[in-house]
Amino acid sequence: MNMVLEAPHLPLTGKRLRQESSRDDRIKLGFMAVIGLYLIIALGAPLFVMLSKSLSTYRFDLAAFEFQVSDETGANWGPVLSAEALNRELRAVTDGELSTNSDGRLAATKFFPEFSFRSPVHYRIRGTTDDAAFLVGSTLEKGTEWRDYDSGTFRRVVLRPARSLGVENFATYFSTPALAQSIYNSVLMASISTIFTVAIAFALAYGLTRSCMPLKGLFRGILTIPILVPSLLPGIALVYLFGNQGVFKDWLMGYSIYGPIGIVIGSIFFTLPHAFLIILTALSVADARHYEAAASLKASKWRTFKTVTVPGARFGLVSAAFVVFTLVITDFGLPKVIGGQYGMLAVDIYKQVIGQQNFEMGAVVSVILLVPAILAFVVDRRMQKRQVALLSARAVPYAPKPNARMDAICFSFACLVSLFILGMIAMCQIAAVVKFWPYDLTLTTKNFAFDLMDGGGWAAYGNSIRLALLTALFGSLVVFAGAYMVEKADGFRVGRGIFHFLAMMPMAVPGMVLGLAYIFFFNNPANPLNAIYGTMTILVVSTVTHFYTVAHLTALTALKQMDPEFESVAASLKQPFHRLFFRVTVPVCLPAILNIAIYLFVNAMTTVSAVVFLYSTDTKLASVAVLNMDDAGDIAPAAAMGMMIFYTNVAAKLIHAAIARSLLARTQAWR
Amino acid sequence: MRHALSIEPTPTTLSRAAAPAGAEPAPYLKITDLWKAYGDFVALRDISLSIARGEFICFLGPSGCGKTTLLRAIAGLDLQTQGTILQDGRNISTLPASSRDYGIVFQSYALFPNLTIEQNIAFGLENTGRSKEGVKARVDELLAMVGLSAHGKKYPAQLSGGQQQRIALARAIAISPGLLLLDEPLSALDAKVRVHLRHEIKALQRQLGVTTIMVTHDQEEALAMADRIVVMNHGVIEQVGSPTEIYRHPETLFVADFIGETNQFPAKVIADGEVEIGHSAFRCSTEDFSAGHAATAVVRPVDIIPHGADAHAVNAVDRPATPQNLIDAEVREMEFLGMFWRTRLAAPRLGERTLVADFSVNAVRRLSIQTGGVIQVEIPRERLLLYPRSA
Repeated sequence: MNMVLEAPHLPLTGKRLRQESSRDDRIKLGFMAVIGLYLIIALGAPLFVMLSKSLSTYRFDLAAFEFQVSDETGANWGPVLSAEALNRELRAVTDGELSTNSDGRLAATKFFPEFSFRSPVHYRIRGTTDDAAFLVGSTLEKGTEWRDYDSGTFRRVVLRPARSLGVENFATYFSTPALAQSIYNSVLMASISTIFTVAIAFALAYGLTRSCMPLKGLFRGILTIPILVPSLLPGIALVYLFGNQGVFKDWLMGYSIYGPIGIVIGSIFFTLPHAFLIILTALSVADARHYEAAASLKASKWRTFKTVTVPGARFGLVSAAFVVFTLVITDFGLPKVIGGQYGMLAVDIYKQVIGQQNFEMGAVVSVILLVPAILAFVVDRRMQKRQVALLSARAVPYAPKPNARMDAICFSFACLVSLFILGMIAMCQIAAVVKFWPYDLTLTTKNFAFDLMDGGGWAAYGNSIRLALLTALFGSLVVFAGAYMVEKADGFRVGRGIFHFLAMMPMAVPGMVLGLAYIFFFNNPANPLNAIYGTMTILVVSTVTHFYTVAHLTALTALKQMDPEFESVAASLKQPFHRLFFRVTVPVCLPAILNIAIYLFVNAMTTVSAVVFLYSTDTKLASVAVLNMDDAGDIAPAAAMGMMIFYTNVAAKLIHAAIARSLLARTQAWR
Repeated sequence: MRHALSIEPTPTTLSRAAAPAGAEPAPYLKITDLWKAYGDFVALRDISLSIARGEFICFLGPSGCGKTTLLRAIAGLDLQTQGTILQDGRNISTLPASSRDYGIVFQSYALFPNLTIEQNIAFGLENTGRSKEGVKARVDELLAMVGLSAHGKKYPAQLSGGQQQRIALARAIAISPGLLLLDEPLSALDAKVRVHLRHEIKALQRQLGVTTIMVTHDQEEALAMADRIVVMNHGVIEQVGSPTEIYRHPETLFVADFIGETNQFPAKVIADGEVEIGHSAFRCSTEDFSAGHAATAVVRPVDIIPHGADAHAVNAVDRPATPQNLIDAEVREMEFLGMFWRTRLAAPRLGERTLVADFSVNAVRRLSIQTGGVIQVEIPRERLLLYPRSA
């Protein structure tokens, strides 16, 4: 072939044509800019600030400051002395003390041992560089001008550190044994939990798709219960069951539930639904023809299992494994409650930031935590793509045949797992309503008197409901409008690509990391959005962002199922896009929109990780209250509050089902 | 309203000439030097085309030939890279779709699933200053026109494919557009429904007199419906002409091969009006060729005339062709296709290749043609077409 012939002989004399934009195009562009800006402010910018924070080190640069001291008359000045020279002489500050954080302050009087604030002596200070900064009280001074202070004022002069970029924070982190140990601990816990969870989830999903066991619907329902409670709750249940006063303490044969054992059991509990749903989907797409072929080739049951069932579900298995691994390694609530002294990465962030106010180190741990999360995310996306390719349109759905022994085994196993899940919930329920487990089992409502304890009281519960409703409302709006722009707006290809990338990012960002990034970004007085710090708004924004990706993908799937020519038809009929959007797109996608809303609601009720850094005294939340009451030793009220969240989510699910049914009956008559 | 429902006299007297000359009325749609490139891939290459008011035009070609791209450029859905489009004297080259004047029907129907049939048709009528009653009357009128008056309250999913496509058509013409664009409207339908709807669309188009462009890959559809066919391949227009022109006088080998069926033989022009195929000389028009030129000779199976079994020929199947292009051939295979017999003939004079010929049932009976027999067939000189040999 002569390729030259194929080259475009475009007579590119004039420039390429550009379509005149219609009013619709301009409105769409405006919308996309607004939602894109939202994602940049709510995600891109905070993460960037956090990354730069993790690379920032602060150190007092003594060479950058010079002093002069007057005699008692205040008129005759002594020699110019640099702070560095003074320190070399006095050894007032050690080298280690010079390393500090962004809030570091060093009193200038340290360099003058004979300093007395009643002395008539005057002091002068100046920087040797323009960036050298010091505070007088709370006034920031900068620059190379001499400034005079009487001794009473000089007492209040503090030096500020200089910021430099580098990986020193990471070096410090890895050289701190206790911190580096948490990486090992976190990976170990996540790996063990992943193996157990995926194995159990696979067995359950196998039973539900490949056997004729009874009550499949019921088991499916029970297996999704853990999604409705905060991840702290299994921790509390385990404390009651196996803790120091636990009824089944002896079962552990001397081992303590506080630590690895508790973390693994609790992790299995709260990650099981996620793994189960992924593997269930993977197994449901089985092609009956493969099984018929195996049977006709006289393959044994075991061989069929090995060569047909497992390979068919392998993408689902890998995907589930990564999801579980990420959930465990980034979870904070469970190890906080049951981890004891066992250090985990996510708890480290909390301790560094809330406990020690060491924000730089918190940022370092966050960046480290991002690594497995991003890795898992990338692998998961690739798996999902291959999974789709695996589906063939001609596949014949597999229908299991009854097999008494097999069905009985599957049924018993499902019962066992259900017992585990229901047992944990029941334990919390009992703990919430009895006086003093396990010694005084009389019923009481005193554990629900939240206003008598620390943690936020009933107001926190009210705040949580408010947060969940606002998140569901605004989240659905933003997510659906955003997905619509990505899927249906033609043109702006680059913009749509960036937008989609931003929308996919939250899945790779653990909640703790997001929360911390928000502190860095929004708590900066120089940020004009600083005003939302500490308000309900920032909680809503962070929660919507945290759970953006799954909601975005749900909306995208629904939109992709619509005929791509609807927009063309509307344009040819000279109808504005918003008319099509409200008359056709929204009604047709209503089930998906409702699913997004309930997803956001349930997660807003249970989430702890992002919001734990962002709540203020006015905006305490129920899930955070569970954490704080547990921290304060009020375990029964913590369990009670956890159950309140559970009841609320169950109610929300029921209301969602009712609304969905009645709305669908009205708007989806065509189905 | 430009196209009232009263039956206007359709401009059927329009010239069917391939290239409208300057003396004719200004074309309704005029495309000039249109290019469309996707990166390095050129989807449309220097397309120029004029369409008269009221014409029914088919863009015909294999998939990927650029016909849908051209339609979407006209609709403003995919902007061309270069080139101008004039509609009714107005330059619409870069106008957004919503500012152009057309109705469109897609292969997928694209009916709004949550709206009833009536609401679907009314979608383009509302918001245009019409009264509720006016909209209702117009919807009823359109429903009657497509013969689905009884189904107004139903949802699209409750109708058959053919019915849905009629609703899509009604929705497209509801706003009385000056141009009707049909993007493979019949491809998703069953064969029978397709033939039926073909007639309905054609009748409706004639009744409304609306200029119509239909994209199709089905040559039968194009031949049956179009006033003029635009045959496209690899982003260029191969030929524009009436169905008979396209079929009888294909200008390129591609057109000859794509429309109808062909026998193709390597040939060499040996003299004016004479070509050599295999071992024999045949008469045909050699207009654009000079002696010594290599060419591809094409003849359609239906154009081959059987002249009956020649008793003398039985043992002499390799006599040279006569000046009437008569050759001897042995019947290798016969296939009964209902309307005619398809035969495969071995004619040593044509070389190794078999000659496919379609004979009417009558002729086969009259001439007692049967497998294994030897017959004399004529390749009429005006039906033997020459094309430059492709590289």
